[in-house]
Amino acid sequence: MTTQTLPSANTSWLKQLPVISHLRMSSGLQRGMLVAGLVLSVLFFLCALFAPLIAPFDFAQSSDASGDFPRQAAPDAKFIWGTTATGYDVFSRTLYGAQTAIWVIVAAVVMSLFVGVLLGLISGYLGGWFDRIMVVLADAIYAFPSLLLAIVMSIVISQGQSSLFGGIMAAAISITVVFIPQYFRVVRAEVMRLKAEPFVESAQVIGASPWRVMFTHLLRNSTRTLPLIFTLNATEALLTLAGLGFLGFGIEPTAASEWGYDLNRAMSDATSGIWWTGLFPGLAIVLTVMGLTLVGESMNDLNDPRLRRFSRKKAKRITQSTQRGATQ
Amino acid sequence: MTITSPPGQETSPIAAPKAKNQGGGFLRYLITRFLLIIPTVFILITVVFFLMRVTGDPITAAMGGRLTPDQLAARIHEAGYDRPILVQYFEYLGQVFTGNLGRTLSDNRAVTEVLSTYGAATLELAINSVIVALLVGIPLGLVAAKFRDRYPDAILRILAILGYATPVFFAGLILKLVFGVWLGWLPISGRADWQTELELTGLQSPSGIYWLDALRSGNMEAFWNVTEHALLPALALGLLTGGVFLRLVRTNAIGTLGREYVEAGRSRGVSEFRLTTKHAYRPALIPIITVMGLQIAMLLGGAVLTETTFEWSGLGFKLAEYLTARDFVAVQGIVVLLAIIVAVTNFIVDVLAALIDPRVRY
Repeated sequence: MTTQTLPSANTSWLKQLPVISHLRMSSGLQRGMLVAGLVLSVLFFLCALFAPLIAPFDFAQSSDASGDFPRQAAPDAKFIWGTTATGYDVFSRTLYGAQTAIWVIVAAVVMSLFVGVLLGLISGYLGGWFDRIMVVLADAIYAFPSLLLAIVMSIVISQGQSSLFGGIMAAAISITVVFIPQYFRVVRAEVMRLKAEPFVESAQVIGASPWRVMFTHLLRNSTRTLPLIFTLNATEALLTLAGLGFLGFGIEPTAASEWGYDLNRAMSDATSGIWWTGLFPGLAIVLTVMGLTLVGESMNDLNDPRLRRFSRKKAKRITQSTQRGATQ
Repeated sequence: MTITSPPGQETSPIAAPKAKNQGGGFLRYLITRFLLIIPTVFILITVVFFLMRVTGDPITAAMGGRLTPDQLAARIHEAGYDRPILVQYFEYLGQVFTGNLGRTLSDNRAVTEVLSTYGAATLELAINSVIVALLVGIPLGLVAAKFRDRYPDAILRILAILGYATPVFFAGLILKLVFGVWLGWLPISGRADWQTELELTGLQSPSGIYWLDALRSGNMEAFWNVTEHALLPALALGLLTGGVFLRLVRTNAIGTLGREYVEAGRSRGVSEFRLTTKHAYRPALIPIITVMGLQIAMLLGGAVLTETTFEWSGLGFKLAEYLTARDFVAVQGIVVLLAIIVAVTNFIVDVLAALIDPRVRY
């Protein structure tokens, strides 16, 4: 009887890559959600990558050869999404905002992944007083409103104002501190479970050092669920960055373009009915977060066989192949 | 702003039953759980204290550019910020313990006074938004569970994701634009008109929760005015939190709808409506209550942003003001208070969960 039904043995490595294999598994509504998410995410990525090429102006440019840009001008042919109160082009700022966002997301996720996984491994494997302190600390931080923690961190790191690199790093580190407990908890729980497995014991018996056990044997096995947290955290990082920016604790507007900060400025515009300064950066946040969330959610559902849905055709094929296997 | 705890917690938040001794378990659980608040709050106070002092003293941060170095040194000495950090830390702990959080630097008020003045507004906003969130999240979550994987479910799930993806200040901006500026139906900022506000704060021993005060004084005009102001902020924050509730109710109701007892009810001829709203709904609520504790933390984070968006003079609004003024004594006070609130609500939520579901007690 064949136990393996879907990815048959001869599929190429390309088809086994995370996103592609998920795409092949999916059908109907689930596929629609995954595809929509992928489209939005790719769009976000392209905007970030090609912002300097697509954007007609620089993000902090308020004049050109023909003179100063109009202030709070409604969308027209030259400024397709209008201009802000300081005369910046909204379209260009929104595009460049994707760049800032991607830097912060990558930096935050990489740093928290690194620190969180490391602490989780050590804490879970070694146990003892270190483990107890770490757990209490992580729980305390985890229960705390993440935005407030990020605010405190950004005061610590940058005293609230900063350059491009400093600002990005400050935002990223603030977000990192919030995320570490999540990775820590997941990895620690997995390590605690795996510690009792025979393969760990046999490694210990043949005299492998604790470091070797942790990094060769446990690391690989305890990080399987991480891609999911990864997408969730990417969106959270983006939302926290926007929240920080909205409270005026992000990156200076002349150093980089940041959606949250632009929305803060747009608040007073809204009172007088000026919609374009806020709508576009806001939509950019919503669409990006939605895209990443849809990808993460669909991957989660597809990884869980109970939640996976097949198209009728595929379901029939699977039943047939199992039946064939049973009769053979 | 978190949507979920680590994956998996949503579907099975109740730990495996470990009931060893049945008698007196609840009281013991209550006491253990209560004692656990102390280390949590203590750790948070400690972490915040040291983090805020790592970079320097609050006076330099607040007045750095405005005073001469000599004046600055004198002020720092006066406030005792030039002493060893551990001495300051233990003094601070003692002060917190006796309910003294220092005085703000920018407007020289007692931090505790600031907290009691503006705390009520935040509480009002939180209550309003939880009401909106429950009104939206529970019925829609049941609908989504009932029509699982069909179009109503797909639409609702996308709406829920949209709710998560929208920062509360952007939702606020759109609501302000549409209902405040274009349609002109609702006021776009503040908690009430100034006349009403004056009237309500002038009441004898006001609770600070405006609609409660207005009801107590029997002034319907004031009550209407307050409601009008409260509507948009409550909607902005409540709809976004409602999205989270929707997902929770959906996941849990799907679980209970598949149980045998629901099937048994169906075979007895219980209507589908009653099956969903009575049989499947009740047990689906238990995990929701336990996860609610985490949502409170999220709600408070969201409240800071909502208050700033709608100039709602609560703790979050003041926090943003003090941040801009670089008044870190006040910031520290507010953050510590919020930490305590979160810890206490988590405690209450856990106790509620234990009351409802005996399996939680251990």
